[in-house]
Amino acid sequence: MSAFWKANQRRLAPWLFMAPGLAMFLLYVIIPIFQSIWVSFYDWDGLGDARWIGTANYVELIDDDAFYISLKNNVIWLVLYMLAVPAGLMIAIFLNQTISGMRLYKSLFFFPFVISQVVVGLMFSWFYAPNFGLFYNLLEWVTGSGTAILADDRYVTYGIIAAGLWPQIAYVMILYLTGLNNVAPDQVEAARLDGAKGWQMLWYVILPQLRPATFIAVVVTVIGALRSFDLVSIMTNGGPFGSSRVLSFYMYEQALSEYGYRMGYGAAIAVVLFAIMMLFISGFIWKMWRDETER
Amino acid sequence: MFPRPITQLSGASQTLYKIAVPVALILWLLPLLGVALTSVRPASDLAQGNYFGLPSALAFENYALVFQNTPMLQYMLNSFWVTIPTVIGAITLSCLTGFALAIYRFPSNLILFFMFVAGNFVPFQILMVPVRDLTLSLGMYNTWYGLALFHIAFQTGFCTLFMRNFIKSLPFELIEAARVEGVAEWRIFWFIVIPLMRPAIAALSVLVFTFIWNDFFWATVLTTNASTQPVTAGLSSLNGQWIAQWHLVSAGSILAALPPVLMFFLMQRHFIAGLTLGAVK
Repeated sequence: MSAFWKANQRRLAPWLFMAPGLAMFLLYVIIPIFQSIWVSFYDWDGLGDARWIGTANYVELIDDDAFYISLKNNVIWLVLYMLAVPAGLMIAIFLNQTISGMRLYKSLFFFPFVISQVVVGLMFSWFYAPNFGLFYNLLEWVTGSGTAILADDRYVTYGIIAAGLWPQIAYVMILYLTGLNNVAPDQVEAARLDGAKGWQMLWYVILPQLRPATFIAVVVTVIGALRSFDLVSIMTNGGPFGSSRVLSFYMYEQALSEYGYRMGYGAAIAVVLFAIMMLFISGFIWKMWRDETER
Repeated sequence: MFPRPITQLSGASQTLYKIAVPVALILWLLPLLGVALTSVRPASDLAQGNYFGLPSALAFENYALVFQNTPMLQYMLNSFWVTIPTVIGAITLSCLTGFALAIYRFPSNLILFFMFVAGNFVPFQILMVPVRDLTLSLGMYNTWYGLALFHIAFQTGFCTLFMRNFIKSLPFELIEAARVEGVAEWRIFWFIVIPLMRPAIAALSVLVFTFIWNDFFWATVLTTNASTQPVTAGLSSLNGQWIAQWHLVSAGSILAALPPVLMFFLMQRHFIAGLTLGAVK
């Protein structure tokens, strides 16, 4: 035994080190992905027997208006969420100075990211509340009539996205602040001597050096946009009349809420969301893989 | 430095900047300040329509009311019960996986590494039905450990990415030297690598603490009542009961936000180091 161990220690060790983490990750993350795909071909209420119905859940999705509303909202989320990247960069540039107390200012700007999205959702509900909300009053003051953002199907999604952007911008800002901190000063000085200023400097000298920060900012923003669930659930519960649903929320509603336990149909929605996310994930992984193997 | 340091500009611009920063901060934190102010506003102020002015008195009794009339304290304890074991579990597992993936060369190394990375990006909903089912069949539905076990497994993905990259940046000569001396592999892990990982462990602890404390989705999927629900799920159900009692909603919100905020302020440097990993080459 011990001779065998001596000879093979280096080959076996990684697997022994990895065993507990790998087992947990397979059990709770990797295998469930395949189980979900499997469940999406069944009609199942979560308790009784599951009945194989082939692609019927997906066929039903094609004619489901609520599904298209959720899908459309997901696209809106994705597009508008990307604003967090330039907005975070702007705030980071604004704050990248060394006046006294700057460290405290920076951490206070970062605050929204530390707070739970549930709390962020409640804060913005208060902000938008009809008659007394700060935003409602501001709108009334500017336009003459207030709008109950969260009760109006034309604005509700935008209202929730604004709430989501608040912590997301803070996150991107901190990424860029770290990036700006590490920009090579000699290159900036050299460019300055060559007469580069403002936008030109930002575009040709600074942004190329911020590329790693931009990559992470884009990754976390895309993932954040597609994961949006908490804010929709807290602020509107999908309403009014389902107009603020996103796929993640609609899936939950179908599979687990008072509307009934349709696990198979919910799983089918989750598979669609997963497929959309895989498009992005494989892009990210491909880039990380390339960086990793080049080194 | 970019942008040009403000100290190189005229005195007037410097003053302008020093005024602009706090003003921008107040505008930025307006929703937070509004809620903080509402949380100490007496209910009578709200009834009289005093929503924005200074509170007529500081009503800390709002907080007392929240603790007396709701299971808020229980919710917060439940959150700790889920969060702390998750932090310990995920960090322990990822120290091991990170070490294995950073130190050893074997054929499936990169594939396994990217499996951890990719798994950590998937939407929660694709896991929901099977994980709920698994938790039910293990008899752990609606328990703190059922929720914590899932969190440990899921966070292991992100933590492995972090730990592996951290260990990879350590000088490999240390390990080679130990191997030449004939030190066993587990001793290399325990006596050489772990002591060097303290900054990574600190950074991940605060990050995982915050992520788990703030988790809402899994709390609603895997727990059902006040005896086990973490504070996020609890706050959501209280919000349903407290219709338009904004002084209570605000006080509850501030309470739920407090632990991660304190964590962030106490461990700021580690927190930001963890979050911005990979943002610079």
